[in-house]
Formats: sequence, structure tokens, C-alpha cells
Amino acid sequence: MLKYCIKRILLSIVILLGVSIILYTLVRCMPVSYLESQVYSNPQIENPEQRLLEMQKYYGLEPGFWNAIKGYFSWLVNLCHGDLGVSMVTGQAVEDVIFDNMGVSFGISLVALVLELLIAIPLGIKCACNQYGKLDYFATVLTMIGISFPTFFLGSIVIKIFAVDLGWFEAGGLNSNLPTTAGSFTRFMDMLWHMVLPMFVLVILSIGSWLRYTRTNTLEVLNADYIRTARAKGLSENSVIYKHVFRNTLIPLVTLLAGTLPSLFCGAMITEQVFNLPGIGNKAYDLTQKGDIPFIMGYNMFIAMLTVIGILITDIMYAVVDPRVKLGD
Amino acid sequence: MKKNKKLDVSQQPENTPVTETEETVAVVTENESLHGENLNDRVRVLSPGMMVAKRFFRSKLSLIGLIMLIALFLFSFLGPVFSQWYVDGERVKDTENITIIADVQAIEYTTEDGEKVIAYIITENADATVNANGDMTAEHLLGTDKSGYDLFTDLMLGGRVSLTIGFVVVLLETLLGVVLGGLAGYYGKWVDSLIMRIVDIISCIPTLPIMLILSAMFTSLGIVKMDRLYYMMIFLTFIGWGGIARLVRGQILSLREQEFMLAAKCSGLSTRKKIFRHLLPNVMPQLIVSMTMGLGSIILMEATLGYLGLGAPLDVPTWGSMINTATDLINVTANFWIPPGICITLAILAFNFVGDGLRDAFDPKMKR
Repeated sequence: MLKYCIKRILLSIVILLGVSIILYTLVRCMPVSYLESQVYSNPQIENPEQRLLEMQKYYGLEPGFWNAIKGYFSWLVNLCHGDLGVSMVTGQAVEDVIFDNMGVSFGISLVALVLELLIAIPLGIKCACNQYGKLDYFATVLTMIGISFPTFFLGSIVIKIFAVDLGWFEAGGLNSNLPTTAGSFTRFMDMLWHMVLPMFVLVILSIGSWLRYTRTNTLEVLNADYIRTARAKGLSENSVIYKHVFRNTLIPLVTLLAGTLPSLFCGAMITEQVFNLPGIGNKAYDLTQKGDIPFIMGYNMFIAMLTVIGILITDIMYAVVDPRVKLGD
Repeated sequence: MKKNKKLDVSQQPENTPVTETEETVAVVTENESLHGENLNDRVRVLSPGMMVAKRFFRSKLSLIGLIMLIALFLFSFLGPVFSQWYVDGERVKDTENITIIADVQAIEYTTEDGEKVIAYIITENADATVNANGDMTAEHLLGTDKSGYDLFTDLMLGGRVSLTIGFVVVLLETLLGVVLGGLAGYYGKWVDSLIMRIVDIISCIPTLPIMLILSAMFTSLGIVKMDRLYYMMIFLTFIGWGGIARLVRGQILSLREQEFMLAAKCSGLSTRKKIFRHLLPNVMPQLIVSMTMGLGSIILMEATLGYLGLGAPLDVPTWGSMINTATDLINVTANFWIPPGICITLAILAFNFVGDGLRDAFDPKMKR
């Protein structure tokens, strides 16, 4: 087990190195970054070429092949020291930009995830118990529709219907302009009110995969021998389903939870974009468009790291949760 | 199972009557003399393909998906032929039904006498040469866009591009995935490790941010118009082949241990023949399912990129870029963005329905 873990962690480091090389190459191939657009658009700078070179030197982005390689290694060394560099646009350290904007995204994703699980797991088990029933068909179609809707389209439609035409909810943002006298409870309720639509979109879009996964799993468990045994010894159907099936259905779901790690912390770019939420996804979109090279590197490496960790935890969790699974090498 | 009481024979039996050679004829007559009837009358012979088709068409959802797909294809590939705004492979601007749009702007000011006066500035686009932002009429079912092109025709043409992108990318992806995944699965050892680590790396790279970077690169490198579309397809391929490679490798790893592969080895077949004639056909079911599902996700990707303004150039209508022309979706009239959005959703839905139906149909454990 320990040997397996160490091997996997070493492998993860190799993967991350590969990711960083590809990312760095792509980023360095970007012909125009924030520096160029800033230096050349500012008429007060007398000698833009000179200034550009100074700026590039400061960020370790001098042109040329060998300089790029040098730049990569200095970036890598800084990364090992926990330093992701300074964002060009905001002037803050990249890790600060990420952590400052992460709160909103994390909150939304976490609540959405909990809602998804609360709806998907009972519904999935119900569907599997009445396979090919009316509810099952309904849930399958709902799942498919959820998977098929493009985020921006569902978001826009929801905004158009519920915010613009009906005026029930707010179209975007996190707070409305409240008077300064408003108490913290009013502010909190106001924020909740803003969250309803984005939450709805997030839940509809990702509930499908959970529902389907629960359903397939339950179907598999229902065919298992121990369920037949449980029925044979005369247990009531309810106790078979809720005691024996339910618990065993959860096993693979628990492991799958680790896979949601990146989406929890990195924000939903499109949803945040559509609803104009001040989260990390929105920030990342904005800064990537502006060509903020240190931030692009830092943010994408952050996602890659979480993805790798997510996969690692998933694999280890399999063995932890289910004693039948043996981790080989 | 209830309906079909006749026996399904999944493998073609050896003595299926073929009347070409004398020998088989002899077998048939022998059969007839023995049992008094032809084998074919009692046993309905179904090839594996026919059984899959039967299971596929029994499911309502996959049938709906298939019909939706056919309708969408006819709509996009045949539809423009009947449009009067699409002549000789070119879109035609509407220069006749020009509606004069008056823009009224109110200005409030106070005169020297202290009187409040409201003045209006009325701007007319009287010199307009095209029917821009036209309303929905019988001629323009969905109105016109800001350059006077018919939106309904654009919708059909956009479908052509979007669906073609989907197909091209999925085909390229599958080709790359099958070859590399096949090599990894068949040879194992360091080839396997190398290819699978590359797949791991690619699957860890976040797609959307990378496409943002690439799009910025395309713009500043001056890659515009159709070229941009081709480059986009190449990159979507590079991002997407990993999943298929994993699938093919996994299947081949388990298949190559089976007896028929030992038999293939014993008969001295070449490696190429072993992989492409004996291993790959066994992976085909999963491959077809994942290709169908992949088509949906590629179209989704294209649409998302189009929405962010990164995908196809604006003068080539695709479903994604049509939504982008209405960047601030809510304030633009609904006829701009709702129809392409519905088309995208329908296409993805149809591919998912068909893919799901195929998966169930290919699964021999399914009892339905």
C-alpha cells in the first residue's frame, strides 16, 4: 500500500512536470502579453522597447529560446519554494489572487454539490429499484437534458425567463445595492437571493452524471448474491433497499467525490461568466484574455495539481472503502 | 424475450444453406430428408449486428434520438438549397425590404427663461442599404442579423459547419486514439508507460483556459477565417484523443490474454494483422459508443468556444458563433440566440440518446 502510494506520488510529479512544460511552451508562444499591450498603449513611456525589455527581465520573460528555457527553470525553482510569481494585471502575488477569489466559487460549488447528492442519490436508487418504470424514464430523460444543455445557453435562458421577464430573481452579481443601514441578515438573504439562479443551473447541469452513476451502481448491487441472501432470509423490502443496497451503492460514490476536487476549488468559468459572479473562474477568464502570463501559469498549474490529487485520492479511496480491491503495482 | 419465441442464434451456424456449391446443396437436401423441413423455417438466424439493431430500435429514446439526428442533418445540409437567401453557395444580403429604424433620444435642458424643455434627437438609418436587424416575417422566418443576412439560412449553414467539425474531430481523435492506444495495449512495457503518461498529462491540462490562450495566439498570428476553424479542429483532436486511447488500451490488455489471440499467434499472423483484424473489431462496440457520445461533446465544446468568441470567425456562421454575435444575450432580441441554442442542445441530446441506446444494444448482458 505504502509502496503503491509513493510510486503514484512520484508519477504524479512527473505528470505535473509534463503539464508545466506544455503550459509554459504555449504561454511563451503567445505573441502578445499584457506587458506589450500596456507598454505600447501608454504614450508617456518615451522609449517603449527599452521599457519592455526591463519589464520582461523583471518577469523573467525575455525573448529568445535559451532565455525561455532559463525562464522555465527559474519559474520551476520558484514554484518549489511556493512562489508562483506576481500577477501583471493586479500586481498581487498569483497565489493571493487565486485564494482571494476562491471563496465565492468554493461556496457555490460546495452547496451545489451537496444539493446534487441529496437529490441524485435517493432518486437514483428509486429509479434502479423500478427499472424501466415511469420514474426511471423521466429521470433518464432529465439526466440527458441536463448533460446536453450548454452552460451558457441554460444560464441565459434562466436569466431571461426568471430575472428579465418575470423579475423574480436577480440577473447577476452577488449583492444588490443595499442601504448602508441594512443588517447582516438582510445582506445574507440578499446574497442567497442572488445565488438561486446560478445554483439552479449548476445543479441541473451536473446532477445527471451523479444520478446515472447511482442508478448503474444500484442495479449492479441489486444483482449481487448478498442481496438475494437478504431477501431469502425474509427481510422486508425496505430494509433490503435502505440497509443493504444503499450502503453498498455509496462505496463507488465516495471515491468519485475526490474527482470533484478541481471543480470545487477552481470555479465554473462559464457559469460565473454568465451570472457575472466575482469568483476565480471569472477572474481567470478576465486575466487570461489580458495575457497575464504569471497568473495563467499559476492558475492552470493549480487546476492540474488538483486534478492529479483528485485522481490519486480516487484510486487510494477505492482500496480504503472497499476491502475487496487490492492495490497492485 | 416475451415477444420473440423463436430461437435467436447469435453465431451463423456452419450449415446455413448456401446454394452455390454442390456440397452445401447436398447438406441441405440431407437436412430436409432427415427432418422433413428446412432448418431455416424453424430457427430464425440473427447475425450479431442484426441483434444489436433489434435491441437498438426497441428503445424509444434511441429512436427519438435517431430521428432528431436525421432531421437536423436534413435541415442543415439540404435546407439551404431551398432558401432564397443562399444562392450559388453564397449567402445573400437582403437589400430590398429595408425597414427604417428611428432612434429617438430625449434631451432635457433649461432655457434662459428658466423653462424646462425636452428636445428629441431622431436618427434614422434612411441611407441603409440592407435590411439590418429585420423582424420575423414570412420571408425571414427568424429575422435578419445586423448585416442583413437571413438568420434562418444562417442557422442551417451554421449546422453544416458545427456538425462537420464534430465529425472531423471525432474521426481524427478516434484514429489517433486507436493507433496509440492499440500500440500501448499490444506492446505493453515501456511503450505502454510512455503513451499512457502522455495521455495522463493531456488529461490534466485544463481545456478551456488552454483554448483561451490558443485563441489569443491565433488572433495575433493573423490566423483568421476558415484557417482558424482548421487549427481549432486540430487542437480539439489533440485534447480529446486520450480518452479513446485509454479505452482501446484497456480492452486490448484484457483481450490479448484470450485464447483466440493465442490461436492468431500460432497461425503466424503479422502483428499488424493481429491488431487490426483480430483485436480492434472486438473493441468496436465501445468505440462506436464513445464516438457517438464524443460527437455531442465536441459540438458542445465548439458552441462554448463560440460563445466566448474564440471559435469560428464571425463571417462563417456556426451555431456557436451565432450565439456569440449576441454577446450580451439577455438584451438582444430572442430571435438571435435562442434558435442556435436550441439547435445545439437538440444535436447534443440526439447524439447522447443514440449513444446511450447503442451502449445498451451492444451490451450482451442486457436482457431487454
